[in-house]
Amino acid sequence: MADNEDRYQGGEAHDPLVDETEDAREENSAAARLFDIRRVIGGLFVAYGLIVGLMGLFDSSAEIDKAQGLRINLWAGAVMLVFGLLMLLWQKVSPTEAPKTRSDES
Amino acid sequence: MGSGLRLNMNALDYLILALYFVTVLGVGFAARRAIKTSVDFFLSGRSLPAWVTGLAFVSANLGALEIIGMAANGAQYGIMTVHYYWIGAVPAMVFLGIVMMPFYYGSKVRSVPEYLRLRFNRPTHLLNAISFAVAQVLIAGVNLYALALIMQALLGWPLWVAIVIGAVIVLAYITVGGLSGAIYNEVLQFFVIIAGLVPITVIGLVKVGGVSGLMDAVRESKLGEAGLHAWQGTGSTDNPLGAHWLGIVFGLGFVLSFGYWTTNFAEVQRALSARNMSAARRTPIIGAYPKLLIPVVTVIPGLIALITVKGLGADQGDLVYNNAIPLLMRDLLPNGVLGIAVTGLVASFMAGMAANVSGFNTVFTYDIWQAYFRRDRPDGYYVKVGRIATVVAVVVGIGTAFIAAGFSNIMNYIQALFSVFNAPLFGTFIIGMFWRRMSALAGFWSLLSGTVVAIATYLLYKLGVISFNSDLEESFWGAGLAFVTVAVVAAIITPLTRPKTDDELTGLVYGMSDTTLKDDSLAGDAAWYRSPVLLGLVAVVLAALFYIPVF
Repeated sequence: MADNEDRYQGGEAHDPLVDETEDAREENSAAARLFDIRRVIGGLFVAYGLIVGLMGLFDSSAEIDKAQGLRINLWAGAVMLVFGLLMLLWQKVSPTEAPKTRSDES
Repeated sequence: MGSGLRLNMNALDYLILALYFVTVLGVGFAARRAIKTSVDFFLSGRSLPAWVTGLAFVSANLGALEIIGMAANGAQYGIMTVHYYWIGAVPAMVFLGIVMMPFYYGSKVRSVPEYLRLRFNRPTHLLNAISFAVAQVLIAGVNLYALALIMQALLGWPLWVAIVIGAVIVLAYITVGGLSGAIYNEVLQFFVIIAGLVPITVIGLVKVGGVSGLMDAVRESKLGEAGLHAWQGTGSTDNPLGAHWLGIVFGLGFVLSFGYWTTNFAEVQRALSARNMSAARRTPIIGAYPKLLIPVVTVIPGLIALITVKGLGADQGDLVYNNAIPLLMRDLLPNGVLGIAVTGLVASFMAGMAANVSGFNTVFTYDIWQAYFRRDRPDGYYVKVGRIATVVAVVVGIGTAFIAAGFSNIMNYIQALFSVFNAPLFGTFIIGMFWRRMSALAGFWSLLSGTVVAIATYLLYKLGVISFNSDLEESFWGAGLAFVTVAVVAAIITPLTRPKTDDELTGLVYGMSDTTLKDDSLAGDAAWYRSPVLLGLVAVVLAALFYIPVF
């Protein structure tokens, strides 16, 4: 992208400050090393699901009464656990790879 | 708020909260290795997938004030509160994705003020950069204070403990992890917020006898039948919101919401960090889908609180409308989901404050420091400036929070005042994008005069010189007048001044670039379900359909 004729083909604005940082990004960006957030969301929700779900198993009748007769901890725990596992599964099934753009290939 | 709101948190509830703090900090530190250039720090290296930026986009708006405030509105105004979502947000988000994003993302500008610098001139840029930067820091402080108030009431933490803990955690993960730290945490926060709010809604609905029980009870309440309708009764201002349908459609639905969603850099920044044009355009549109449904966990709990909490709606004390959600947490949630709900409130505060701080550090570094003070330094220098700016923003935010503690009404006014800045900004943007001839000077004078008109309307209303039915009606009219001023000034000054050359406008205005850039698209972006136009139209149609049962 050093050639100016080429640079502005895509509609990029003409500006030295923008060019400078874009060039630095194109040469050195480390953003591809970013981890996958799905793993963190999945992990946290599995932990929350287990904690809240286990609390739900041992809920006293006073707690169940407070929640209008719903075993809300059990339900919320189960839903969070399943959600967390689905996130982990999603990450397993389609892991991120640094995707190539069509222009990279040419 | 007194001690009457105190929640009965046990050790496991605190474990849930602590686990959240650790995770958020961990995300920040883990994001550090992905930062080498300034674009990595400020814009996540423009590398994120659309679902991540889309959820961050909606999360950045889901601050604690938003959740608490919308539940309060639900209790006070009833179903009409959905206007803030379905007409006051979704159409603007879709418009941003379909129409405006090609200019923002395609021109590779690094911020919203930078667009003004390229499209108009440096004075316009500086005016907007400074007003944005100041607003973000002050709003961050107000958010911080709001969080501290809630923590004090719910958990009994002293104000300063809550302020410092909240601020230090946000400071740590943004300083270290940059925008990636902020955005990744926003996605996490989005899910935690929802997980915290859903049990309140579910138990609350069981308590009032389901949706039909809720509707019957609202008819019996002080809102009456009007509390169940969004549009009926808007032929006059005789409805809970005190707003005419013209005001709702043009004031809220057009000028206010388009101003906020399309020009607020704290929002747009999330889209600029997307990995390509297609993902950038889908960012606000993907955000629109959760936005459609959020009223279920804010407005509905507000109505439930109106019915189940006797005396809600007091002028002061524990029973003010703003305590709708905290009161329901106290009354309905057993330990366990209670911990999740408190964590959700803390998460929502952090998401809001992180959006303000990350917007600030980018604008300060690129638009003020680099553009006017220290140009031509190596790229890594600006990462350092950004980190220092983050620290300064948070420290000033803490200071603002303590000032707000002394003058909470004044801070409310300041925040309302800044919301006024968006309407003239949107007017300047939209005319500048679609009217190629609009000159640089016209841009500056339009923005300035529009802003002055908006502020003047607001101040005259506050001083009692002119009167409106409600604050909301004032903001509709203030925004509308500002918009008209921008258009009139642009139309008068442009013919008298020199236009910008075509060369300078490449990529910045309609008709000067190919808006459907193909070169950065990924395999799969052509699939129909990734079409921004289709996704956007479906969101708008859903918003319209959702109105039918509550017409």
